[in-house]
Amino acid sequence: MDDLYRANILDHYRHPRNKGHLENPDIHYHDVNPFCGDEITMELKLDGDRVVDVAFDGKGCAISQASASMLTEEILGKTLDEIRHMGKEDILEMLGIPIGPVRLKCALLPLKVLKAGAWGLEDWPE
Amino acid sequence: MAISTLPEPPVKTMPSVAEIRADFPILDIEVHGHPLVYLDNTASSQKPIQVIEAMNRYYREQHANVHRGIHYLSETATSAYEDARRRIARFIHAGSTKEVIFTRNTTESLNLVAYSWGRANLGPGDEVLITEMEHHSNIVPWQIICEITGATLRYVPITDRGELDYEALDALLTERTKVFAFTAMSNVLGTINPVEELVAKAHAVGAIAVVDAAQSAPHMTTDVQALDADFLAFSSHKMLGPTGIGVLYGKRDLLEAMPPFMGGGDMIREVKMSGSRWNDLPYKFEAGTPAIAEAIGLAAAVDYLSNLGMDWVLQHERELTEYAWERLHEIEGLRILGPGPERRGGLLAFVLGDIHPHDVAAILDMEGVAVRAGHHCAQPIHDHFCIPATSRASFYIYNTREEVDKLVNALYKAKAVFAF
Repeated sequence: MDDLYRANILDHYRHPRNKGHLENPDIHYHDVNPFCGDEITMELKLDGDRVVDVAFDGKGCAISQASASMLTEEILGKTLDEIRHMGKEDILEMLGIPIGPVRLKCALLPLKVLKAGAWGLEDWPE
Repeated sequence: MAISTLPEPPVKTMPSVAEIRADFPILDIEVHGHPLVYLDNTASSQKPIQVIEAMNRYYREQHANVHRGIHYLSETATSAYEDARRRIARFIHAGSTKEVIFTRNTTESLNLVAYSWGRANLGPGDEVLITEMEHHSNIVPWQIICEITGATLRYVPITDRGELDYEALDALLTERTKVFAFTAMSNVLGTINPVEELVAKAHAVGAIAVVDAAQSAPHMTTDVQALDADFLAFSSHKMLGPTGIGVLYGKRDLLEAMPPFMGGGDMIREVKMSGSRWNDLPYKFEAGTPAIAEAIGLAAAVDYLSNLGMDWVLQHERELTEYAWERLHEIEGLRILGPGPERRGGLLAFVLGDIHPHDVAAILDMEGVAVRAGHHCAQPIHDHFCIPATSRASFYIYNTREEVDKLVNALYKAKAVFAF
């Protein structure tokens, strides 16, 4: 348990960064994990192609919510193109904990939502 | 062949739980440095060596395709497969092996009824009645078939105690109701429904009764004739048997009148380019090469359960559930869904304060304790109680009070990690 629920994970879960909503965000995207019902909304404010403000909202387990909180800090100042090229490895490195195949879905939900927004999707394509 | 002419299974003296545990090799493994405490039996049970060896022996000594070849092994395999069907028919007190159809699992059994009986018998103006406490496998097939046929799907609501709302049920069952499909035991609330009474209510309005016995067949006596069920579905893997096989029991006259579910080999009597005629029961509903080793494994599983006696199984789980009910209620902030232990099967779904069930299950896992976390394929129940998910501990023949104590200790650890 010390592995999965390290202090920084619990800290982001208890005290999430950038949680809430932006006024008139340029990008807004929401999705759920159908296996567990975890929800994440990501909102971005842009200056040109660059993220100048970010907020997330959601509910779910410590891993999905901490991942979302850390991700908002990670992407501030990045360009949409940089976000589009982020992947699983970036999230695993950011979290710094071993994650099994089942919990991986929790950890990756915030990135999935963020990337869908960065690609300009209104809804996840069927 | 009539079931009553079969010899009774051999009688043996009641083993201790320690002796039962010795039959399950997997219970000896360690998880994260702790002895495994397996409390996810509602999702799938573990398998005794008797089942594993029966399947092993089949592949080593008896395998060929069934109902086809005129050679020694094909005859051996066919005999073993049909003998398995007889033993399973006896376990559920079916009147004939023709009424016992092998499927992949409960889900496929329920889909078979919905597609085959439903498409032939449902139309606009007809109603299908199910309940708010169903597993998705007894909801979604009916949603699909109502969409196809124009029939209307209705739900019996549940009370806040997690039981069926009987007043609403009586109002919803009308002469328009053609099917009443319900679970014998909820996989989240644990509620044991009065199947015999519900079947009688369905029959009183001329509806057929479809029983989802996925959770009841592993844990209590199933007597399809006493229940008077028209259809009854269950899975092997929740009752000591292998995955990949399940059963649909159906009354012979209903099955005879139904069109096939899937087409292919084994289910036909005659195939002409202009059309085909169907095989006799039960083969009409078993297209293609069946899961032979799995049928043999399931028969070994029901023999194992019969030797213990289903009354003993239910009693053992009830004692554990009563003990767990008391111990879990010692934990501040823990809330159990569903009725008290006297009215439920051996499972407890709960929430622990505002700790997400995934986090509870992950911390329990680090202590070697396996529970399920999520919506357990029963979202309408969770919607009723306005919670996204629960953690669920569920018991079987090999679980002990000491394991319940380990569950409780691990829950205190979860509370400590998320200190609230």
